[in-house]
Amino acid sequence: MADNFDYTVVDSIVDELGAAESSIIAILQAVQEHYRYLPREIFPHIAKRIGVSEVRIYSVATFYENFSLEPKGKFVIKVCDGTACHVRKSIPILERLRSELGLSAEKSTTDDLGFTVETVSCLGACGLAPVITVNDKVYPAMTPDKASELIKSLKEEV
Amino acid sequence: MEKAKKEYMLIDGMPVEINGEKNLLELIRKTGIKMPTFCYHTELSIYGACRMCMVENKWGGLDAACSTIPKAGMEIRTNTERLRKYRKNILELLLANHCRDCTVCVNNGKCKLQALAAQFHIMNVRFPNTASTPVIDDSSACIVKDTSKCILCGDCVRVCNEIQNVGAIDFAHRGSKMTISTAFNIPLAQSPCVGCGQCAAACPTGAITIKSNVSEVWKALDDKDTKTTVQVAPAVRVALGKELGLREGEDAMGRIVAALHKMGFDEVFDTSTGADLTVLEETDELLGRLADDKAPLPLFTSCCPAWIQYCENNYPELMPHVSSCRSPMEMFAAILHEESKNSAKKHYHVAVMPCTAKKFEAKRDELKLDGKDPVDAVITTQELIRMIKEIGIAFEDLEPEAPDAPYAGHSGSAVIFGVSGGVTEAVLRRISPDKTRTGLNAIAYQGIRGLEGAKYTEVEYEGRTLKIAVVSGLKNASDLIERIRAGEHFDIVEVMACPGGCINGGGQPFITSEYKQLRSDGLYSADKLCSVKRSEENHLTAILYDGILRDKTHELLHVKYDRK
Amino acid sequence: MYFNNREELQKAREIYKAALGLETKKILVCAGTGCVSSGSLDIYAKLKAILEEKGIVCSVELQEEPHGESVGIKRSGCHGFCEMGPLVRIEPQGWLYVKVKESDCEEIIEKTIIGGEHIARLAYQKGGELCEKQDEIPFYKKQTRIVLDHCGHIDATSIKEYLAIGGYSAVEKALFEMDGDEIVNVITESNLRGRGGGGFPAGRKWSQVRRQKEPQKYIVCNGDEGDPGAFMDRSIMEGDPHRLLAGMMIAGIACGASEGYIYVRAEYPMAVSRLRDAIAQAEECGLLGDNILGSDFSFRIHINRGAGAFVCGEGSALTASIEGKRGMPRVKPPRTVEHGLFDKPTVLNNVETYANVPLIINRGAEWYKSIGPDNSPGTKAFALTGNINNTGLIEVPMGTTLREVIFDIGGGMRDGGTFKAVQIGGPSGGCLVTPHLDIPLDFDSLKSAGAMIGSGGLVVMDDKTCMVEVARFFMNFTQNESCGKCVPCREGTKRMLEILERIVAGEGQEGDIELLLELADTISATALCGLGKTAPMPVVSTIKNFREEYEAHIRDKKCPAGACQKLKAITIDPELCKGCSKCARQCPVNAISGKIKEPFVIDSAKCIKCGACVSACPFHAIKEG
Repeated sequence: MADNFDYTVVDSIVDELGAAESSIIAILQAVQEHYRYLPREIFPHIAKRIGVSEVRIYSVATFYENFSLEPKGKFVIKVCDGTACHVRKSIPILERLRSELGLSAEKSTTDDLGFTVETVSCLGACGLAPVITVNDKVYPAMTPDKASELIKSLKEEV
Repeated sequence: MEKAKKEYMLIDGMPVEINGEKNLLELIRKTGIKMPTFCYHTELSIYGACRMCMVENKWGGLDAACSTIPKAGMEIRTNTERLRKYRKNILELLLANHCRDCTVCVNNGKCKLQALAAQFHIMNVRFPNTASTPVIDDSSACIVKDTSKCILCGDCVRVCNEIQNVGAIDFAHRGSKMTISTAFNIPLAQSPCVGCGQCAAACPTGAITIKSNVSEVWKALDDKDTKTTVQVAPAVRVALGKELGLREGEDAMGRIVAALHKMGFDEVFDTSTGADLTVLEETDELLGRLADDKAPLPLFTSCCPAWIQYCENNYPELMPHVSSCRSPMEMFAAILHEESKNSAKKHYHVAVMPCTAKKFEAKRDELKLDGKDPVDAVITTQELIRMIKEIGIAFEDLEPEAPDAPYAGHSGSAVIFGVSGGVTEAVLRRISPDKTRTGLNAIAYQGIRGLEGAKYTEVEYEGRTLKIAVVSGLKNASDLIERIRAGEHFDIVEVMACPGGCINGGGQPFITSEYKQLRSDGLYSADKLCSVKRSEENHLTAILYDGILRDKTHELLHVKYDRK
Repeated sequence: MYFNNREELQKAREIYKAALGLETKKILVCAGTGCVSSGSLDIYAKLKAILEEKGIVCSVELQEEPHGESVGIKRSGCHGFCEMGPLVRIEPQGWLYVKVKESDCEEIIEKTIIGGEHIARLAYQKGGELCEKQDEIPFYKKQTRIVLDHCGHIDATSIKEYLAIGGYSAVEKALFEMDGDEIVNVITESNLRGRGGGGFPAGRKWSQVRRQKEPQKYIVCNGDEGDPGAFMDRSIMEGDPHRLLAGMMIAGIACGASEGYIYVRAEYPMAVSRLRDAIAQAEECGLLGDNILGSDFSFRIHINRGAGAFVCGEGSALTASIEGKRGMPRVKPPRTVEHGLFDKPTVLNNVETYANVPLIINRGAEWYKSIGPDNSPGTKAFALTGNINNTGLIEVPMGTTLREVIFDIGGGMRDGGTFKAVQIGGPSGGCLVTPHLDIPLDFDSLKSAGAMIGSGGLVVMDDKTCMVEVARFFMNFTQNESCGKCVPCREGTKRMLEILERIVAGEGQEGDIELLLELADTISATALCGLGKTAPMPVVSTIKNFREEYEAHIRDKKCPAGACQKLKAITIDPELCKGCSKCARQCPVNAISGKIKEPFVIDSAKCIKCGACVSACPFHAIKEG
């Protein structure tokens, strides 16, 4: 297979976490932390190193919400839609973010890979509801207007 | 020895003796009640997902029969108002998300969902139909996958991974988005699928089916300018009877020949003739390797195309170990090709096989002769049954007929190729110096018969002990290969991809384990009825070696697999 | 620092205790997720910088050889009152400053630390009443914090401080003064029931695992707190990680296990890092590892991060996930206590359950049973959220009534709303209404009221909340989180959601309620795992308590709470409308028309009830309802 992918990073992750079936999730997490998504090339490679089928890795990766097979934006915005946030109107915030960035439920990442907007079931920061996170930094007590402001300031950094 | 105390439980108020059944479902079945289920298979792990086999316990609680261990004193009911309601609701939920055009489904009449919907008298589905339009993958030469008809029972996934260790398909995504998929949903043909068809055999609906070549066969039969010939594999004769009004396992070769003649085939042959050639060639190859210190051992058999592909995918370094013999189907087809290649009339050769992977084998470049595939079309036993039904042949009333000359005649060794251990037994008959009936019996009780997935034996041959392994089911094959890699020595390894061998091939009507035994018995009694027991005693082989095969043995009977 | 035996540990504990005593004044800055996101770490840094600048001796970490009195400046765990964050606690006075800003830091050091004065401006005030001390705040007054007692009061990142206040003494006791049977007996005797939802007695689980002959056993901690609206376990993992480790170690001693796994939600990065640090510290001290304190007990703890699947809170799905598989529950038998993680006997409890263990070992079963009712002793942490005044993390004795929790601790309804219902136990739980306000919160009482404690999320809802919409919200959640394995859950929840979506959109039909109940019955009876079985609970309980609301949606196409967007009628009051056309310009579907300076009208057939016009109107002339 013609393949120019550099496996150094993946290999060192597998070496560190152990080439065992029980490490699959931890390996994928580490790979995703590095690439911010799971590049397709890594699947057969990890499968071979661990000694399982490629579809097995694919099966695990598609089960868990946090794994992404598509590249994500530089800023990953997660809108909490846990009970507390929902009750305190998280959906209008989500809608505002999507409309500002031209995104939808089906299309979660902007074409320039600047932003990804997704929902998360609960961030456990219910006391500050509604919350959103940007690359894991929590922004408490959000409103649609605050979200617009935030996007504006982040856009300058893209 | 102290006699164990008998243990009983109550099923629908009747005391039933517990005899070590591993779950309630097995025990309930023994009482004559067919528990509805989609995801339970005796040979697979318990999945417990369809929830059709729920039973009610004496406290009113519900348990899934497939995952409950029978215990003395237990009391369960299999059929109550509640259970009926739940089963109906589950069926209704499945149907709401399923294509309901049964009349135009390839699995019409064979579908478990259709059968249970009828059994439970589902006359109305109260939910909008959200079945997707067909999502078809027909890239494979062997099977067709239509995700829209999948009910996610997971049978195929467990077969592919637990029994076959192929790992072509698995669950992808979750919840209502869950599907059965290859990695990244690539076409099956590009996946590690070996075409064994066990997934199609296990599939209760029309989601995974055998790729049909029936229409091209009909077309060839209709063409006046084409000579049509057909060969029938050993395992076919004991597998189609049940669906056509005979007993399961009953040898129907005579009627099959008659039916094929009726369909219009010009000549009908028995693949067993090819199998006799395989025994002779493979034995020679074995003896040659035994005599050569540098030759790779063990010798792996090469009859099974799914195994060949599995080996190519996973153990390419072992390919030199695999026998260079063409499979019996290809050997026989090569003879027919050689015979007819200079004839003015077009020749169309069909093979009736218990196997879906043979469809792939027939198209392999390495097997081409003079630029042509020796087998034009492979149809499975199931497709043959369809053809017989399609033209309305009353199969059970057919007068049995014999295969056509000049290639009629085979040994008992060839017929048992259809069951795991058969190839090995045939080779042992060939190399054993004891040609008596006692000698034959000794080989039969050597430990290579039976439906176990891995069997081992040793025989003395010219002062050395030959270690032999017989495996069926590719998981058993890979387990054995790991042992060999770890240093264990074997001289001969017979591998059949399908558990139990070709009698349980992916192209056969699907059966439970007790029927497998009947099919196996059927082949061993066919062997008994053969006056010629050993391949070398089949005079036809001598005629072929002196004739058509003279100086062409290697070209026509051997192959070097060389997949890019 | 490595403790080869019990004596060395005890000696060190005395040293740390003395060092802690020398910190005569202390500033505890809350470093829970809530306060951190409100900027508490900046405040911590600022306070520390000011102290250093002023040359005040401050101590961040306890020293083996302290030089004298100092001001302790610490990052504590979560106080639970996240809404008021960033929180700063001052000791020894026990004052709590709320909503502290960086600009307040100078004053805190000057006035409070140096001058010993209270800053009224930063204290919690409610209805003109000012609470100086943390204990005086109504939110804390009625709580009994025994599991959360360290949270907010100690440095969450320091094993030394944990040791100084007696930490790991229960492990010592279990290791040197008790045998496995005795430990199991104490836990059984205490009637500690699993805090993860089911309330299964922990002691029974432990004794079953202890009995297994298989030498390899596992202690697994469920920290996959997926219930949206609950964060009790997160606070313990972040604020008092060593207590959890100690609880697991005691389970290991009791059951003969030498490996422990903590499965933490991916959404809790801080909990993961605090636990990792705590494990590293414990290993460094010889409190984890081989031959702990010179005994023949060895124990290691691993952390597995979840990857986003609510179903992994279910035991067998959780162990599958640790094994690197899809988190799909499996059929039982075999049970987890016999064939759990890696097919070995496994104790599986949640964070809060383990966190109770050191207390019970130290103070005994009788003490534990003296708290709460006989059948559900101890306390329970709840995450109190929704339309009430004080939201946050609370801990009360089992058996406390809902009324006390909502109206005393929670401070009643916010924005003048009236209490309508409380959803308890998240997507697996049910709702309780006014007649239930006086039932005690414990496993059995809730069960008989058709609800469950679940993991302990309490979402309080007021009269503006539509219960059909609430049911739809939870069904949407479970539907999204269904693993897809069994038919009733995968297909059934989808159909229930479909029906609920129709109802809230005004497209409900006669018979929908009955069909919902029939599906609910089928799913509850036949689903494979606990999550599936309880998925219809919110629907069943809202139908039971608010059937008329469903009927109003279905028959009258009206949402009595006025919450369902699609059932709203939006009208322009001609008396108030000045005809400015602002609304018409905002309307995305051109449903509003009119002449300038004359009242405009909305074409209700075109209107999509988005509400854009309502907020656009400068004269409040547009009404929803």
